[in-house]
Amino acid sequence: MLETIWFILWGILWAIYFALDGFDLGLGTTMPLLAKNEADKRIMYNAQYPYWDGNEVWLITAGGVTFAAFPTTYAVLFSSFYSALMLILFALIFRAVSFEFRGKIDKPAWRMLWDIAMVMGSFLPALLLGVAFANIFRGIPIDGEGIYHGNILTLLNPYGLAGGILFLVLFCLHGSLWLTIKAEGELHQRATVLAKKLWLALVVIAGLFLLATGFFTQLYQNYLKSPILFIIPLATVASLLLVRVFIKKQAWWKAWSASSGTIVGVTLFGIVGLYPNLLPSSINPSYSLTIFNSASSPLTLKIMLGIALVFVPIIIIYQSWVYNFFKDKVREHDVAHEEHY
Amino acid sequence: MEGVCMDVLMLSRLQFAVATYFHFLFVPLTLGLSILLAIMETRYVITKDIEYQSMAKFWGKIFLINFVIGIVTGITLEFQFGTNWSRYSRFVGDIFGSLLAIEATAAFFLESTFIAVWALGWKRLSPKAHALTIWLVAIASNLSALWIIIANSWMQHPVGFVIRNGRAELTDFLAVITQKFAILAVLHTLGAAYVLTGFFVMGISAYHILKKQHTSFFIKSFRLALTMAFTFSLFVVAEGHLHGADLAEKQPSKLAALESNWETTDHAPFYLFLIPDAEHEQNLLQFGRIPSLLSVIVFHDPNATMPGLKDFPKANRPPLGLTFFSFRFMVLLGFIFILFTLICWVKRNRLESSPGLLKLILYSIPLPYLACTLGWTVSEVGRQPWIVYGVMRTSHAVSPIATPQVALSILAFIVVYSFLGVVAFSLMAKHAKKGPEPLTPVIT
Repeated sequence: MLETIWFILWGILWAIYFALDGFDLGLGTTMPLLAKNEADKRIMYNAQYPYWDGNEVWLITAGGVTFAAFPTTYAVLFSSFYSALMLILFALIFRAVSFEFRGKIDKPAWRMLWDIAMVMGSFLPALLLGVAFANIFRGIPIDGEGIYHGNILTLLNPYGLAGGILFLVLFCLHGSLWLTIKAEGELHQRATVLAKKLWLALVVIAGLFLLATGFFTQLYQNYLKSPILFIIPLATVASLLLVRVFIKKQAWWKAWSASSGTIVGVTLFGIVGLYPNLLPSSINPSYSLTIFNSASSPLTLKIMLGIALVFVPIIIIYQSWVYNFFKDKVREHDVAHEEHY
Repeated sequence: MEGVCMDVLMLSRLQFAVATYFHFLFVPLTLGLSILLAIMETRYVITKDIEYQSMAKFWGKIFLINFVIGIVTGITLEFQFGTNWSRYSRFVGDIFGSLLAIEATAAFFLESTFIAVWALGWKRLSPKAHALTIWLVAIASNLSALWIIIANSWMQHPVGFVIRNGRAELTDFLAVITQKFAILAVLHTLGAAYVLTGFFVMGISAYHILKKQHTSFFIKSFRLALTMAFTFSLFVVAEGHLHGADLAEKQPSKLAALESNWETTDHAPFYLFLIPDAEHEQNLLQFGRIPSLLSVIVFHDPNATMPGLKDFPKANRPPLGLTFFSFRFMVLLGFIFILFTLICWVKRNRLESSPGLLKLILYSIPLPYLACTLGWTVSEVGRQPWIVYGVMRTSHAVSPIATPQVALSILAFIVVYSFLGVVAFSLMAKHAKKGPEPLTPVIT
């Protein structure tokens, strides 16, 4: 029971992380498409500056909770995905420092260097997180000792790549919608146009991904066993359709909320299908890491549950306060002020 | 296969060392400067003296550059337990993993969320509310350090667990978070961070006082930092002294290595100068013998028995030279900090007429960084060959992964971190030299 509760919490933590960091990774990735001049770029930096750090802590928490609740999965997963994870981490480092470094020296070449860091540092994690999760859904070649028989190229299989592209497009849409909230004028217009295009692309990619999931993974077994669970993919599809409805109505916060819902839905769709596995083995199902063979002791799970139940609501309250605090549009004359990045 | 594993082990150790040392070049200043900023802003709220606000803004810019590097290099540490030390993670996740997860939820979220409110909130918040945000950042950063040091202390002296199901399982959470080893280590680490911060702010202030620019501003900053540096220089040495007897009980092999003491004996002598020779189990050179002093220093009792390295099989001894010299230099630096800050304290009212002292303080900025680095060397190298003292060997902790990817990642760490370090410190230096902005805010 405790293991199942932690499995659900584990899934929710990753879903929240993707829904939050998703928009700033998307903003970074789409910057070359949307920003036509320095003022646009600064608005795009400032549209994500107040949030990126708080968003990224959800990644640290999701990682930390994997470590605390399912140590064996943490150990096998992270060592198996060694090179991919290192790439994600270095990308996130470059991305994060570009906020602080970019404006400190007033030379075009210097700013361009950190723009590249921002774009690559957003693109790579968006893509690779998708690749990683698709591979988790599909299963990876681990043996009974938890030793991984593959390399980074093993992860770049067709289904893994499909997951990568799915996440990339999801995050880019999410980021463009965020920019429709934060920007005015031409930049806002460009973000709207891009969001519409990305939405169309996403419908096609998500459809293909759902089909491929039936072909490459065992995820649908849980759904066929308890058809009530189909409510998750159905709600996800509904959420995706709502995104387009709200774009048409120019209800930007609602459109962004619906795309958050879509991201949460996609994540939970995979994770619910995975249960009770955490990391399936593609060599032999009996080598798979499950919530039963990789969970921490009941005492640790209980203590951690107490801590999560106390702190996660508090975190959600103060992070919501911060989102509300910075809810206004970022305007050109605001970013001219020296406090801004 | 054995050879391959050795390579992964050595490379992973090296990589973790590079990543931790680098991370801890930025952490201490975050811990201390956040508190100084909070004090400056609180003074501004109380006295309405705009110079304190201007101080918080000036030091705050340096703080933000430093802060972000601390954040991003911390993430790679947490994830390296999984990537490079997967056998360790499996073995201790029940305890160690939960401490890291608690750190993230109970502290790290708070600092990471409010740092932006503080950075962008100068105009949007009242001075009181703004001061509150930096207090939140300061408290959360220090709490964050507390949880990490508790986790590290469990590796140094594991308590509250039982070996079951082939791993360490938690039996007593309170014992883990309240053990004496952790309390001492937390105090020592935080104290050292405040010394480093004090010297950092004093050093930059000294630069401007020497140049006779923004004198009032920097004398205020200097005095505030001096109070911090002086208090905690005394504290760190006095508190560090308490670790001796605790180590004798909990990590005797480390204690023996710190002093390069070979024979277990009472009335253990202290040598003012010695060079250890691990291979021949003796000291290559030793002089300045003071009888019984070592027993007195560690236990406050000349009759007390000091553990000797020969009590431990060779395979269970830490690398001697590195541990010994790191410890000696760290202690020496600790006393130098007391001396320097004492002189500053005496001359605190005539700093402008003490250019020699100001120069000394300016060039002392790197010394606390060195002391912290040596301190972690004592702590972590001195714990070897154990990753969890007495329970798990470092060589049994490493991931079953291929050498080339670790070779590649350590190369990436070295290149990327060197680059980031140069850029970050150059930008901090550039901003520090430029001095504060004019008092009236520029509105465009």
